[in-house]
Amino acid sequence: MADGNGAVQTKKKYTAKDFASDQDVRWCPGCGDYSILAQVQRTLPELDIPIEKYVFVSGIGCSSRFPYYMNTYGIHGIHGRAPAIASGVKTANPDLSVWVATGDGDALSIGGNHLIHAMRRNIGLKILMFNNRIYALTKGQYSPTSELGKKTKSSPYGTIDYPFNPVQLALGSQGTFVARSMDRDPKHLQQMILRAGKHKGTAFIEIYQNCNVFNDGAYFVLTEKETKPDNVLYLEHGKPLVFGKENDKGIRLNGFTPEIVSLKDGKYTLNDLIVYDETSLDVAFLLAQFSDRPGFPTPVGVFYEVERPTYEDMMVQQIETAKQKRGKGDLNRLLRAGNTWEISGN
Amino acid sequence: MGKTVEILDDVVIRFAGDSGDGMQLTGARFTDTTALVGNDLSTLPDYPAEIRAPAGTLFGVSSFQLHFSSKDILTPGDQPDVLVAMNPAALRVHLKDLRKGGLIIANSDSFVDRDLELAGYKSNPLTDGSLKEYQLVAVPITKLTLNALQGLGLNQKAMVRSKNFFALGLMYWLFSRPMEPTEDWVKEKFGKEPLVAEANIKALRAGYYYGETTEEFTSRYEVKPAQLKPGIYRNISGNEATALGLVAAAQKAGLQLYYASYPITPASDILHNLSIYKNYDVKTFQAEDEIAAAGAAVGAAYAGALAVTGTSGPGAALKSETISLAVMLELPLVIVDVQRGGPSTGLPTKTEQADLLFVTFGRHGEAPAVVVAAATPADCFNMAYEAARIAIKYMTPVYLLTDGYLANGSEPWLVPDADELPKIQVAFRTDPENFHPYSRNENNVRPWALPGTPGLEHRIGGLEKAHITGNVSYDPDNHDFMVHLRAEKVKGISKDIPPQDVFGEEAGELLVVSWGGTFGAVRAAVERVRAKGFSVSHAHLRYLNPFPRNLGDVLKKFNKILVPEINLGQLAHLIKAEFLLPVHQFNKVRGLPLRSSELEDAIIELIGGGK
Repeated sequence: MADGNGAVQTKKKYTAKDFASDQDVRWCPGCGDYSILAQVQRTLPELDIPIEKYVFVSGIGCSSRFPYYMNTYGIHGIHGRAPAIASGVKTANPDLSVWVATGDGDALSIGGNHLIHAMRRNIGLKILMFNNRIYALTKGQYSPTSELGKKTKSSPYGTIDYPFNPVQLALGSQGTFVARSMDRDPKHLQQMILRAGKHKGTAFIEIYQNCNVFNDGAYFVLTEKETKPDNVLYLEHGKPLVFGKENDKGIRLNGFTPEIVSLKDGKYTLNDLIVYDETSLDVAFLLAQFSDRPGFPTPVGVFYEVERPTYEDMMVQQIETAKQKRGKGDLNRLLRAGNTWEISGN
Repeated sequence: MGKTVEILDDVVIRFAGDSGDGMQLTGARFTDTTALVGNDLSTLPDYPAEIRAPAGTLFGVSSFQLHFSSKDILTPGDQPDVLVAMNPAALRVHLKDLRKGGLIIANSDSFVDRDLELAGYKSNPLTDGSLKEYQLVAVPITKLTLNALQGLGLNQKAMVRSKNFFALGLMYWLFSRPMEPTEDWVKEKFGKEPLVAEANIKALRAGYYYGETTEEFTSRYEVKPAQLKPGIYRNISGNEATALGLVAAAQKAGLQLYYASYPITPASDILHNLSIYKNYDVKTFQAEDEIAAAGAAVGAAYAGALAVTGTSGPGAALKSETISLAVMLELPLVIVDVQRGGPSTGLPTKTEQADLLFVTFGRHGEAPAVVVAAATPADCFNMAYEAARIAIKYMTPVYLLTDGYLANGSEPWLVPDADELPKIQVAFRTDPENFHPYSRNENNVRPWALPGTPGLEHRIGGLEKAHITGNVSYDPDNHDFMVHLRAEKVKGISKDIPPQDVFGEEAGELLVVSWGGTFGAVRAAVERVRAKGFSVSHAHLRYLNPFPRNLGDVLKKFNKILVPEINLGQLAHLIKAEFLLPVHQFNKVRGLPLRSSELEDAIIELIGGGK
């Protein structure tokens, strides 16, 4: 039997290969998308969902070529509309496992409206947002996550728009699962994909992704060995917020203000630090702003997860209730409802 | 004292008042009662886009016109015989339409200083003799309603609100209709407010008895039941019929119905109706915008539902890119466009038929879609059903065009037997052997393969497809082939739709060609011209793309072709382009149905029957 999330006990054990389609992957050599594709293909076998129940839906952009490379059902849609199309797939057949592959331009700019409403409704979509902070398929214009002042083909004097913080946006949209990971951290990315796959309701993962052609190194400070430990904060439920090369730094609250403290000088210990609670929206919002806060490490991991009834479950429930109350629909009864009169033949 | 009863064949009544006066409710009740006594009928609600326009103003006037008859009728009528005017503004706006010698029933309580001034009257038309060409009955409706409701314990404002029921009761008396159906309706509608229910029923009866006792009326009227085809009837509006047609199609096809929509006038009632029918496996999705509604419908179609998105012109424009995607994906999809006055926000509550070229051509690239149109409110059922049948059988987007007049207007509907509706076969692909998503059957139709089916995993998308495999292809010859193939597929549907029929002779001097909601007005005009002895025929199109396969032959048998439309000549344009025939046009774009009488004059002039 299936549960509402498409999970079924299946005898077949899949491997990553089963999820690879016969199409040549056409991203630029060195693109971060390759890693994301590989981690998805490696992780899905662990979800125990029959392969025919997966549907990958995308919009337009480099990331949106994703469905062609998955040996599953899929729709390569139109710009920005993947969450809308995927919402139709999932609500029409809640038994499917529906995933959205999208980018920062696709999801946050042209498709911003659909993204926030999908999360608000808590439709069971797994949204993978590849954030390379640039428009790559159109060859290098700034995106809604490009940093202020960034010089691109369409902003030769630097951008004058302030960027979105996708995690904050997802939290503000009533998202029930909000996470962040990075293309160059395969193990962590796999964990996040697995968690998203198991979540009931909308799961949103912002994935920092390197575009080596138009925005190379955008995240190197977070992904490269020398700088990563001092700049990345791994969020783990129930654990204190510690980071640094020697796990020597922590985050504590000073009143309502978070501050970085050293664990080396004996002034503070682990007991003084914020213990991460991924069920707390307060803490999630607090941590979500770190990536914009100079001097603070960028958190990755699950910011927030909460269980809330899904849209599709409630939709089905209303139908079942109506059937119980009024009986399964009889077409003749419907057509003849209301005030009718009969004209008899002469 | 008894009054004489005159038997009439045919009456047109128009109720008019402030948009807060309950004229739509009054008209709808009169309509239901009239249907139940067995008259044929046709209605035309007409109301402002503002929910509560300032009281007493000309632009705040709301009206409801009803034509009922002991004969088969086709239109809500050009000219009312009776005008119920609840205030001076209503009289001022509608008097010009009233037949000379027609009856005016005016609420004299409202014909006082401020209301007269708001309507632009310098003197009171009820007393200054300016209405002497009409039969005028001035009734102090407000005062009589207040008198009737004294002692109920309602405040003055609440009592005044029941005055439309007084007017309704008076009209029931005048036209010999029973009050019981309305009383029953009031009891159900206001079940939670028994005092309001009682007030409305009291006001209704007070109006009725006033008619009986007053000296103002020397006679009352009766319109006998119409001789309609035997069967079970109900009164139905176009939007209700569209909703039912979609449910019926889904049920007959064994599919769930998935209706994704964003609220828009005048299409919202389809969403309202469908959201009730959950026990018929109907899923309604109120999307965040028009584009999302179309997108969700595309997704639902891929997942195996009968997917429909409904809207009006502005929304149809927003959906255009997504319909293009559906053309490329070759998924079944019905798009309902309840046309309204445009361009832009235009006339949201008024009718028009100016989206024909838009839905036929308004997509980027070579993106053929099927277009069908309903002719009458009840015909919306047939054409919604037909749109679904074609969409499913041919894996293609199909536009159903209705309009504001059809959507809100109503008529008696001979309810079909569900068992006798045409079959809709659905054959989902399940066999993985030799499966290719863009292989084709004899009708050039690709298989419908649902996610969840083992072994049929495949990807579809907006990029050009390689023939058969459906893989992405940038090959120039493949693109040329696919562009032709998609066009051929839609063209080929002309083999699967009824040939065009002609009312009147099949050859002759003049053929009047119409489509959509103008059917009634055009047919009535043609009938009148024929009754005068002229040979004029009428062809009404329900299939606009592709055209019926015999349409060219039909047209070529006439010396002249006249195309009346509520646009600047969109069908005329298509006929000229497709058949290279000269076409005469008759175009009135007033936000209202065509007037049969005007068209009648135009026809006679065209065939040289005038002076």
